[in-house]
Amino acid sequence: MPTVKVDGVEIEVPQGATVLQACELAGKEIPRFCYHERLTIAGNCRMCLVEVKPGPPKPQASCALPAADGQEISTMTPAVKKAREGVMEFLLINHPLDCPICDQGGECDLQDQSIAYGRGHSRFHENKRAVTEKYMGPVVKTIMTRCIQCTRCIRFAEEVAGTEEIGAIGRGENMQITSYLEGAVTSELSGNVVDLCPVGALVSKPYSFEARPWELRKIPGIDVMDAVGTNIRIDHRFREVMRALPRINEDVNEEWAHDKTRHAVDGLVRRRLDRPWVRREGKLQPATWAEAFEAIAARLQGASGDQVAGIAGDLQDLESIYALKALLRAYGSSLHESRQDNAKFDVSSPAAYRFNATIAGLETAPAILLIGSNPRWEAPLVNTRIRKAVKRGAKVFRIGPPVDLTYPVTDLGADLAALGNLPEALRDAFADKENAAVIVGMGALVHDGAYEAARAAAASLGASFSLLHTAASRVGALDIGFATDGGVEAIARRAGELKALFLLGVDEMDTSAFADTFTVYIGTHGDRGVAHADVILPGAAYTEKHGTYVNLEGRVQFSEFAVHPPGEAREDWTILRALSDALGKTLPFDDLSQLRAAIRADFPHLGEAGLTVFPAPAAPAGGTPQVSGAIVYPIEDFYLTNPIARASPTLQRCSAEILHGQVFEEAAE
Amino acid sequence: MTINPLADKDRIFTNLYGFQDWGLKAAQARGDWDNTRKLMEIGQDAIIDEIKASGLRGRGGAGFPTGMKWSFMPKNPTPGRPNFLVINADESEPGSCKDREIIRHDPHKLIEGALIAGFAMRARAAYIYIRGEFIREAETLFAAVQQAYDAGLLGKNAAGSGYDFDVFVHRGAGAYICGEETAMLESLEGKKGQPRLKPPFPAGAGLYGCPTTVNNVESIAVTPTILRRGAAWFKSFGREKNEGTKLFQISGHVNKPCVVEESMSIPFRELIDRHAGGIRGGWDNLLAVIPGGSSVPLVPAAEIMDAPMDFDALRDLKSGLGTAAVIVMDKSTDVVRAIARLSYFYKHESCGQCTPCREGTGWMWRVMERLVEGNATVDEIDDLWDVTKQVEGHTICALGDAAAWPIQGLIRHFRPELERRIRDKQSGQLEAAE
Repeated sequence: MPTVKVDGVEIEVPQGATVLQACELAGKEIPRFCYHERLTIAGNCRMCLVEVKPGPPKPQASCALPAADGQEISTMTPAVKKAREGVMEFLLINHPLDCPICDQGGECDLQDQSIAYGRGHSRFHENKRAVTEKYMGPVVKTIMTRCIQCTRCIRFAEEVAGTEEIGAIGRGENMQITSYLEGAVTSELSGNVVDLCPVGALVSKPYSFEARPWELRKIPGIDVMDAVGTNIRIDHRFREVMRALPRINEDVNEEWAHDKTRHAVDGLVRRRLDRPWVRREGKLQPATWAEAFEAIAARLQGASGDQVAGIAGDLQDLESIYALKALLRAYGSSLHESRQDNAKFDVSSPAAYRFNATIAGLETAPAILLIGSNPRWEAPLVNTRIRKAVKRGAKVFRIGPPVDLTYPVTDLGADLAALGNLPEALRDAFADKENAAVIVGMGALVHDGAYEAARAAAASLGASFSLLHTAASRVGALDIGFATDGGVEAIARRAGELKALFLLGVDEMDTSAFADTFTVYIGTHGDRGVAHADVILPGAAYTEKHGTYVNLEGRVQFSEFAVHPPGEAREDWTILRALSDALGKTLPFDDLSQLRAAIRADFPHLGEAGLTVFPAPAAPAGGTPQVSGAIVYPIEDFYLTNPIARASPTLQRCSAEILHGQVFEEAAE
Repeated sequence: MTINPLADKDRIFTNLYGFQDWGLKAAQARGDWDNTRKLMEIGQDAIIDEIKASGLRGRGGAGFPTGMKWSFMPKNPTPGRPNFLVINADESEPGSCKDREIIRHDPHKLIEGALIAGFAMRARAAYIYIRGEFIREAETLFAAVQQAYDAGLLGKNAAGSGYDFDVFVHRGAGAYICGEETAMLESLEGKKGQPRLKPPFPAGAGLYGCPTTVNNVESIAVTPTILRRGAAWFKSFGREKNEGTKLFQISGHVNKPCVVEESMSIPFRELIDRHAGGIRGGWDNLLAVIPGGSSVPLVPAAEIMDAPMDFDALRDLKSGLGTAAVIVMDKSTDVVRAIARLSYFYKHESCGQCTPCREGTGWMWRVMERLVEGNATVDEIDDLWDVTKQVEGHTICALGDAAAWPIQGLIRHFRPELERRIRDKQSGQLEAAE
């Protein structure tokens, strides 16, 4: 470990650290624009100049210089101050200084650093450069005159997103950042360049001119667009969520979020259910809560056992699923299920259906086999980890239809039969390797026997076995045993015997089998689930309640309440609690802490944030069972996977433009 | 010490003017490819030692000792990570035209040098990156390399030495910055020509991440002759630490502009009088000289007249030998306009990667354009000086320095002229330009 002196203070730094990191360890702030911890080093902004001895008699870019034993680093000398002032002045001479109308204003690195390190005036008397805007798709708005050519966006697109669609053309002061042929940036991670851009050149298109950062209240939340459990910051003003931004969590999302996470929030104020509805004479009609509860109570009079059933949707918090389970149990029913996609797998132990490789652990995997999973769409932030592993030399194999995952993949065919005939190259890649992973998607698990065959294959390859879930609620629901033998198909077969079916945010399955069943829909949007509903109870979306979410690894995370649900809508578990009163089956919790205490009492691991490891279930005996069936990936349209996303104009446009090639005319200015 | 002019018998480039054919036969008649195998038999380290002993300093401008540069290359390259030699023929510096003459008329000196230098540094292959605008020169070079292959001088068992060596010629696309060694590597790899951060230096991780040495054409082309005639012979020319012969390219206001091989350290006056027919209008008419290509500061007449033309003497004059592209300006020159034109060149050729150069070159050029007209204030001269200092030494590569230095030279030596124009403009006495 090299020892360096930073401004006279000796400090030991890790091997391989840069001078900039050494300065930060010593508590010195080093201004920077191009440097970013998660991207390669460009060293082009020249803002991080410091003096280093021994070395040439000129300031050095600290971001690119390795810290070496015995270095003396000076960060506060007059020469360093002058160098920073000089670079700052250069950056500003062609910058429009239009901060009053810039969306980055208030959270702009250029603003902050020019106050801290600039000279306060300019000696530049020439005309400023103007740059034409570039088109970068439905979520990224460009004001390229503000660009300081730090190339973070280029490096992100190339290195993390894996889509080489952003680049620089021209040279000298005419160098411009643009997208390939000025087309839309098709990466599902494109919104991250907005966060990366240190100035207001790339800003969020849907959020443009909407709010100032100091007007927003910021609440820590958990994203529900996929099962990754991306940590987000919910920025809201009054009762409207203005944007969702990623929070740093190295184990889950690093500091990225995909475009659905970022831009689904405008779906929170559209197509919302904001009052109860009851079907009378074949038509849904507005009702009061009391009327709605009465209608349900009348129907459930005398119901018992498996005459009542419940299905939980993809976006639900753990509390509401637990409350529904408790209500069903009060009737003596065990007909409850959360796997709307009808995937079949072992739910006897959490380790049987979790993503056991762990998201962060994937980075070190030397070999990965994907079975019926398109991680780029099902969990884009898992895909970036696989991409990282590939960059380190991992080999990826796939059973499933070919799709571009942004890294090279060896295809083994699109039929599950390939599992029974794994090629030698794959066995070699997995042989005697630690951390190798088999990842099974829901596209495979809808086939009978696929789970057992995949698990046997993983065991024979000596690899960890992981299920890539697609729904935020899934692992939590299974952890509390919200599953039934035979799944939703078994419930559908008994539709005729049911007195009532509770659909808790169920919008991703065909409910026509329950067309004649009395159906209570509790949820947020007027989407697929309400088609056959007899009573609709308006619930709260993920930003509108305190909720517990268990991500695909089994990681327990808590999301906080940001805004109130619209109109008469209520938090889901309180609806069930109030309904239980009306049904005469009062649930034993009156507030959130009592509910959470009940959950913790039944399932201790769900009471604590973080990951609790469960022992792996016994390996199945015998060889790999024979199985076959063509794989179809579960997600047809990345941008429109849930009712919130489907209600979002931004994501509708993303889908139309990026996935369906629709051309949108830009309004002339 | 007195420097004797170079005798004809000591010239390395005997076909510099193209009086003879450039082809292999004629080159062999001139002594090229003469028992190259024997030159290589002394061994790789011995060749490097011989070049070190000859005192050869890089001819591309920076003057780094060539033998030492070669010695940085790994001694035991693996097949998966071979060494490479890259030869910089992207001669784009305004005023420079020596590599062009070598490639046009003596390409086999370069190709033989590539084999020997590549062998010495254990390189698998040499890439010659030739400037895009050199169309005929590139044709000649392609043909010369083919001749060498056909004669068994390159490829497997090159020149019967038992060493396998390939030479590839790659044409640039017309960017000055690709003459910077790491930008050249980027360009060779098919990327946008932008200099890389150093460290790592090319000898550690260069072309395709493999150890690489980038040498100028002239540095490589002189090595076979140095080995043939001995380090001591080469060292006998020029002053200490500035030894050898050098191609000077004399342009501008002399009676007979030319490219000529001369002894290093030859006094400027002798160089001009002997080879370029003297200054136009006589020595009293000399205003200033840019002694090493556009990126070094100009030197006023009084200081340059009797100065030795070598690396250290010109450095002491706050200028540099650079590529020895001597640009002579007599008193008819609008020296401010001349430097403003150079500023435009650097603004045009900046790659745009790092901030001081991208933003600074345009700023400096615009101020220079106003200073040509005197359309500025005296304070702005100081501001301009300060801006050049803000660019110099703050950039990734040396282009920022190269853009700053000519302006610094102008302000250092011709500030009264700048102030006169400003005064005249302010009092409305300047005649309409052109």
